[in-house]
Amino acid sequence: MTAVDETTGAKEFGQSRRRKEDARLITGRTKWTDNIVLPGMAHLAMVRSPVASGTIASIDVADAKASPGVLGVWTGADLDAEQGDLPCAWAITPDMKHPRRPAVAAGRVKFAGEIVAVIAARSAAEARDAADKVLVDYDDLPVVLDMNEAIKEGTPLVHEELGTNVNAVWVFNSGEAGTGGNVDEAIEAARADADSIVLERTFRQQRLVPAFMEPRSTVVDPTGEQLTVWSATQVPHIARFLLAVVLGISESKVRFIAPDVGGGFGGKIHLSPEEVATVLIARKLGKPVKYTETRSESIQSAHHGRDQIQRITMAAKKDGTVTGLKVDLLADMGAYLGLVTPGVPVLGAFMFNAIYKIPAYEFKCTNVFTNKVLTDAYRGAGRPEATYAIERMMDTLANELGVDPLALREKNWIKHEEFPFTTVCGLTYDSGNYEAATSRAVELFDYEGLRREQAERRARKDPIQLGIGISTFTEMCGLAPSRVLGSLNYGAGGWEYSAIRMLPTGKVEVLTGASAHGQGHETAFSQIVADQLGVPFEDVEILHGDTQITHKGLDTYGSRSLVVGGIAIVKAAEKVIEKAKPIAAHLLEANVADIEFDSGKFSVAGTDKGVTIQEVALATFAAHNYPEGIEPSIDADATFDPENFSYPHGTHLCATEIDTETGKVTIRKYVCVDDIGTVVNPLIAEGQVHGGLAQGIAQALWEEARHDESGTLTTATFVDYTLPTAADMPFFTTDMTETASTSNPLGVKGVGEAGTIASTPAVINAVVDALRPWGVDDIQMPTTAQRVWKAIQGKEFDASVGAKDTRDGSHEAAPGNGAPLWSGNESGGAQ
Amino acid sequence: MGTRRISVTVDGVAYSDDVEPRTLLVHYLRERLGKTGTVVGCDTSNCGACTVHLDGRSVKSCSVLAVQVDGSDVTTIEGLAQNGELHPVQQAFHENHGLQCGYCTPGMIMQAVDLLKDNPDPSDAEIREGLEGNLCRCTGYQNIVKSVKAAAGAGSVSAGVAGGAA
Repeated sequence: MTAVDETTGAKEFGQSRRRKEDARLITGRTKWTDNIVLPGMAHLAMVRSPVASGTIASIDVADAKASPGVLGVWTGADLDAEQGDLPCAWAITPDMKHPRRPAVAAGRVKFAGEIVAVIAARSAAEARDAADKVLVDYDDLPVVLDMNEAIKEGTPLVHEELGTNVNAVWVFNSGEAGTGGNVDEAIEAARADADSIVLERTFRQQRLVPAFMEPRSTVVDPTGEQLTVWSATQVPHIARFLLAVVLGISESKVRFIAPDVGGGFGGKIHLSPEEVATVLIARKLGKPVKYTETRSESIQSAHHGRDQIQRITMAAKKDGTVTGLKVDLLADMGAYLGLVTPGVPVLGAFMFNAIYKIPAYEFKCTNVFTNKVLTDAYRGAGRPEATYAIERMMDTLANELGVDPLALREKNWIKHEEFPFTTVCGLTYDSGNYEAATSRAVELFDYEGLRREQAERRARKDPIQLGIGISTFTEMCGLAPSRVLGSLNYGAGGWEYSAIRMLPTGKVEVLTGASAHGQGHETAFSQIVADQLGVPFEDVEILHGDTQITHKGLDTYGSRSLVVGGIAIVKAAEKVIEKAKPIAAHLLEANVADIEFDSGKFSVAGTDKGVTIQEVALATFAAHNYPEGIEPSIDADATFDPENFSYPHGTHLCATEIDTETGKVTIRKYVCVDDIGTVVNPLIAEGQVHGGLAQGIAQALWEEARHDESGTLTTATFVDYTLPTAADMPFFTTDMTETASTSNPLGVKGVGEAGTIASTPAVINAVVDALRPWGVDDIQMPTTAQRVWKAIQGKEFDASVGAKDTRDGSHEAAPGNGAPLWSGNESGGAQ
Repeated sequence: MGTRRISVTVDGVAYSDDVEPRTLLVHYLRERLGKTGTVVGCDTSNCGACTVHLDGRSVKSCSVLAVQVDGSDVTTIEGLAQNGELHPVQQAFHENHGLQCGYCTPGMIMQAVDLLKDNPDPSDAEIREGLEGNLCRCTGYQNIVKSVKAAAGAGSVSAGVAGGAA
C-alpha cells in the first residue's frame, strides 16, 4: 500500500486507496439534507403549473389554508416584493436578453412545472395534501417549443417584454481572432477544388435530465443570528453569495452547508427557486423549514442539459486533410437563464476542433428561449456536444473518402512532438499523446479482428450486423483561469481555496472550497496531503461543503476539484512547510538555511538531527520556544488560480451489434484508454470514467426528455425517462496512458467528465457503421430499436460498402489480408 | 384520518406505533424511527434506493404500507452489520469501489444480499439482472457487479441469511 515512488518520494500518490467516505455511506450513517430534523420544523410543498405558457387568472387558496396542519400558503403575488430575481452569472454578449426569473411565478407562467404557490405545514404529507387543494385558473397562451420555429418572425414570444425569442448570438471566428484562417474562404476554396470535398450535416443533441439519485432538498434554520441553509447542492459558496445578492441580505449572515450530497452531474449547480422559496418561508415563520422535491418534480423543474441543433460544415482535401470547420448552433435555453445557461454552448465553442489541426474555424451559436424548463450544465456542458459533432464528422468524412476512420484521425491530429500546441481557437494544449492512447486502445479492442468479423457479417448479410465506432476526444476542463473567464464575461473567477490547520496532536485538518458529491475528495485529497506533509493518510481530515468552515471557494463542477482545488492544497502545504522551517530550526538550534524537509521530517543538512512536523506542530501550539519576530502558527492557506485549462484526452472504441430484424442495439465491446495525466488514485479515477461512460452511452441509446405539443414533459418519471440499469450496461475495458500535464505541479488533469464527453459519438459512430450497408449516414439519438429498425426499412443492402471502405482507403488493406488498417504510429510510446 | 397500531421489529428493536393507513414503510422508517439510512430516490418504485428486507426478503419500502408490516421483522442498511463487523457485501462494496455518491448504496446492498441468498454463485449477467430494479447514476454499475461477485466469492451467502434476518 505504501510503496515509495523512487523519483518523487511519494508514498500515497498513485495508490488505489479505498475511500474514507465509504464507511458512513455503506452503513446508512449518512447526512443527506432530507435527513435533517430540527425542533418545530415546518415542511413545504410546491404547487406547480401544469401549463407551459399562460397567465394566472385566479388562485383560490382558501381550502388549502383550511387543510389540516397547514401553517401558511403563499402565491407568487404574496412573495413578489421580496423574492428578487434569480441570477444568471454569464452574460455572454453585451446585448444578451435576460428575462426576470422569479422563484415563484407571479401572474405569468412560462414552463410546465414552474412554482405558483408554496404551502407550509406541520408534516410533508399535510403540505402535499394542501397543495392538491389550491385551485389555479390559467388562461393558456401559445407555447413555443421548437427552436427553428422560435426564431422565425411572427412566432409568439416566450417573454413578451424582450421582443424576441433569441437570448444571444455568440460568434468566434478564427480569421477575425487572428488564430487561424477565414473559414468561408476555406469552404469556398474547397468547393472550387476537384481534389477537395465539403460536407454539411445537421446533428440533434436531444434534451437530457441530469438525474442525480438524491432529489434536491433544502433545510433552512432562521433562528439565531445567522441564517443556516443546508442544501443538496454542488455549489454552497456560490449559492451563499447569490442568496445574499438575490434577497439583499448580508453575506455574513448566511451560512450555506452542503452535507452529504447524492450526485450532481451539473444538475445541482444553481441557486434554485426552491432554495429561495424555502428561505423566504422560514423567515416568515421564524422556524426551521424543509423542502424536498419528489422525483417527478425534480425531472420537471430542475434544469435539463444538452438540447442543441448543430449545423456543421467541414471542408477537406480528398487526401483527408481537414481545411475548415464551420459550426452553426441553435441552443435551447428553455424559459429562463440559470447560473451558466447561456454559456454552456460557449464552453463547447473551443472544442469542435478537438485534437485536430484545423486551419480555419468559425463557431456561431444562437441561444433560443422556449416554453420548457431551463437548460444548464450537465456533465461535460458544451464539450460533449462539440465532441459528438466533430467525431461524427470525422467518421462521415472517412466514409465519404473511403478511408479508415482511425487513419483519417491520425492524419489530422496534433502529434505528440508538437505539444505544447496552440489551436485554431487560441487555446494552448499543454500536453498529449494521442498516438499512445490510440495504440493501446486498438490493441485492447482487437480492432483488426473486429473489422474482419464485420466484413464477414456483411458478406453473408448476417441478421446481426457489427459496427465499430471511434471517438478520439480531448476536452478543456479544470474550470478555469480567472482571466480567461473574465475575458468571456463570466461573472466570477475560477480559482480555488484551501487552508491547512496543523493540530497540536499532529493531526491535520484540510479545508477545501471544492464541494464533493460522490467524487471521493476526502480520500484523494488526503493522499495528496499525506505526501506533501509526510503525515499518515489516516491523520488527514478533509473538511468541505460548509461556508463557515471554508469561507472561500468556487465549488465543484467542470472537472476542477483536483486540478484547481488539489493544487490549492499543494500550495497551502508548501506554505505550512515554509512557516514550520524557522520554528524547526529554532528547536534544532540550527540555521534556517540548513533545514531540509523530507517525508514529514525537518533535518539539519549533513546531520542526523531532526524533528517531525507533528513535533513542530505541538511546539508551535505550546509556543514556549519559538523564534522572535514570527507568529506562533504553522497553519496556512492558499488561493490557486490556474494558468491554463486541463486537457485530458483519450481514444474510445465501441463495437455494437445490431439485430437488423428488431433494431435492437447491443454494445458488444467498449474499450477506452484515457489520458488524465498522472493519477492520484487509480481506483477512483477509473470509477469516474465508468460513470461518465454510462451517462454518455445513455445519451446515445436511451435517454431523452420529450414534450408533447402543449409543452407537457411526457418523460417526467423514471418510468418514462429511462435511465440505464445494470442489465443494460456493457462491461467496459478501461486503461490509461499518463502524459503529465505541464500546467500544474502534480501533472494531473481532470477526469470527471471525460467518459461522458467521449462515449456518445463512439456509440453512435458504431451504430451508423453497422447500418452503412443500407446507406444509412446518420441516426438520431437516442437510437431506440424503433429508430434503428425504421432507418433500414425499404432500403437495399449493399454488402460491398464495408469492404470498399478500407480497400479503397489510404491503407489499401482489405480485411483479412493481414495488413494493418491503421498504422498505429507508436512514436509517442504507448504504455 | 384514523390510525392503526402496528408492532414491528426493525434492526432488532421492537416498536409499537400508531400509523396512518396510508403511511409508506419508507416514511415510517425515516420519519418515525429515524432510520434515515434508507432513502427515497423516486416516486414510481423504479429506483430501489429504499430497498430493505421484510422477513428476510428484499422489498422496496416505498411500495409497502407501514400497516402491512405489522408483526414482521424489517432489516435496513443500518442493521446489516453485526457486532461492529461489516456484512461481507458492505465490505465488498468498499473494497471494490462499488459506490460513489452513495445514495443508491443502501438499496443496492440490501438487494445484493437478497440476490446472493437466492443465487450464491451468480454470473455477471445474473447479477446485472438481479439488480435491475436498483438505479445508480454514478458508477456505471461495473464496480457494483464486481462488488457483488467478490462478496459471493467471500462466502457472504450464509452471512447474508443469518445476518440479514437476525
